[in-house]
Amino acid sequence: MKNAENTKGRVLLILSRIVVYCILIFLSIVCLFSFYMLIINATRSNAQLQAGFTLLPKNNFFVNLKNAWTDASINIPRGMLNSFFIAACSALLTTYFSALTAYGIHAYRFKLRKAAFYFIMAVMMIPPQVSAVGFIQMMYKLKLTNSYIPLILPSIAAPVVFFYMKQYLESVLPMEMVEAARMDGSNEFMTFNRIVLPIMKPALAVQMIFSFVSSWNNYFIPALLLDKAELKTVPIMIAQLRSADYSKFDMGKVYMFILLAILPVMVVYIILSKAIIKGVTAGSVKG
Amino acid sequence: MDKNERTRRKGVSYAKWGYIFILPFFIAYFIFTLTPQIMTIYNSFFENYRDGLTQVGPNFVGLENYVKLFTPDKSGTIGMVKYFGNTLVLWIMGAVPQIVVALLLAVFFTSYRLNIKGQQFFKTVIYMPNLIMAAAFSMLFFTLFSPVGPVNQVLVAHGVLEKSIDFLSLKVPVRVLISLMNFLMWFGNTTILLMAGIQGIDQNLFEAAEIDGANSLQVFFRVTLPLLAPILVYTVITAMIGGLQMFDVPQVLTNGKGTPDRANMTMVMYLNNYLQTSKNYGMAGAVSVVLFAVSSALSLFVYNSLSSQYREAPKKRNRI
Repeated sequence: MKNAENTKGRVLLILSRIVVYCILIFLSIVCLFSFYMLIINATRSNAQLQAGFTLLPKNNFFVNLKNAWTDASINIPRGMLNSFFIAACSALLTTYFSALTAYGIHAYRFKLRKAAFYFIMAVMMIPPQVSAVGFIQMMYKLKLTNSYIPLILPSIAAPVVFFYMKQYLESVLPMEMVEAARMDGSNEFMTFNRIVLPIMKPALAVQMIFSFVSSWNNYFIPALLLDKAELKTVPIMIAQLRSADYSKFDMGKVYMFILLAILPVMVVYIILSKAIIKGVTAGSVKG
Repeated sequence: MDKNERTRRKGVSYAKWGYIFILPFFIAYFIFTLTPQIMTIYNSFFENYRDGLTQVGPNFVGLENYVKLFTPDKSGTIGMVKYFGNTLVLWIMGAVPQIVVALLLAVFFTSYRLNIKGQQFFKTVIYMPNLIMAAAFSMLFFTLFSPVGPVNQVLVAHGVLEKSIDFLSLKVPVRVLISLMNFLMWFGNTTILLMAGIQGIDQNLFEAAEIDGANSLQVFFRVTLPLLAPILVYTVITAMIGGLQMFDVPQVLTNGKGTPDRANMTMVMYLNNYLQTSKNYGMAGAVSVVLFAVSSALSLFVYNSLSSQYREAPKKRNRI
């Protein structure tokens, strides 16, 4: 009797495992399929693409790459360089100043400490689009359209990154170390740069990746501020592809543009996926 | 520690360093976010736009922009209400499957009994679309589903369709595509957050339930779900705030027009139209204020619904 129940349980377990693996594999295929199609289609010429659908790559990859890279109207290498510059600067500013702010609130006792902390927490959820109108108007008044300043400098104030850094500092920073540095005559700013920042390296790295990616992918504000061709970023160029008359386009080239737009982030993700996935929750769940 | 520090230092005050360190953040916030926000609200009470080459205003008009926002047009539809409805429908179509699937996967991954192998691989794959440039992802779906794209080619070749159809000109297919993309981009992220939530639950409770003879369904509904509730509520509401900002995907997929017949125009696309074409700061300001009011109400709700046990980081990223 007991044996029979045990076997029944085992069979049930095996069956549920099969079902679960099937669901997981199905979802993985759903996630990967469109990217697989993108890569395959980027290896085919326009004529091959018109001829019909196939799951196997062709040999037109480098021709498409050359065509996309040297396209006269969409200067993708320039766009990638622009996007890279903006994203790298924002990532550096965001992480450095968020860490600095977090350390300021974590390590010092001052009158407005609590008020500052609650203020940042309160504004964390406000969607950035809400201030877009005033922001755009201000940049037009200051003649800062077609400039990267409004795309880079605001990243100094990133409430979400601040919160992550604060959580991290709470869990790793021994104040004794800061005390010791003070005894040795290090000034506060040096202590932060030489002692606190190195301790925060893992948190800095994760946030640098996240802010780089979100800046690289950012479309809304840059599209409203940049209209000079040589300043445009990758997402603007991709949207431009959509508004062009695509029937005249070499589709192989279009797929190559899309591939180039997502490739840098993909490569970083494939190399660092473990750390990135850990970073999704590391700062967000306490305890 | 607070007091100790002070006595040990014998009067040396480090407080000023606190102010110095947080100053850059507050200056940047004040210039680039707070001031524009106040300007946005201020603008919403003014008539201020460009008509061709002539600049109209700024003239103070009181609440006229808001009245205009909620006045029906010739066909009897109220733009703002329609676009809010569109945003809501698109959000629900993407978010409901997203949360159900994420919950299911989170339970699978954390189940000791199932003991799923290859978790790192699955997590890597399902999280990946989250990092993809939404504009590029949307452009990719546009090319795949365009009249000459591979989807039509396959359907015609296999006789499912007689001739290719333009999915992008039909209301329901466009909605399905937008929600599918939003689902793909966010369910991995939600899975990982919910997994962390389940792992935060006291494991003894699961064991106790099993010893008492509860089956997995009972464990899920009687133990996991109630204890996960705060995080789940939090996830739903942050997803909702993200959903309100839906822009990149429908904007690129429909070329900014919300085709067909503005049935897929979202609130932020509407805002973008005012800013992009006529620099209508007045109307755009009014749309922003409405958007701000709705998301503030939602945020307040998040803070109230968070129990002290589950203090989760408001993980807000630009959701599309």
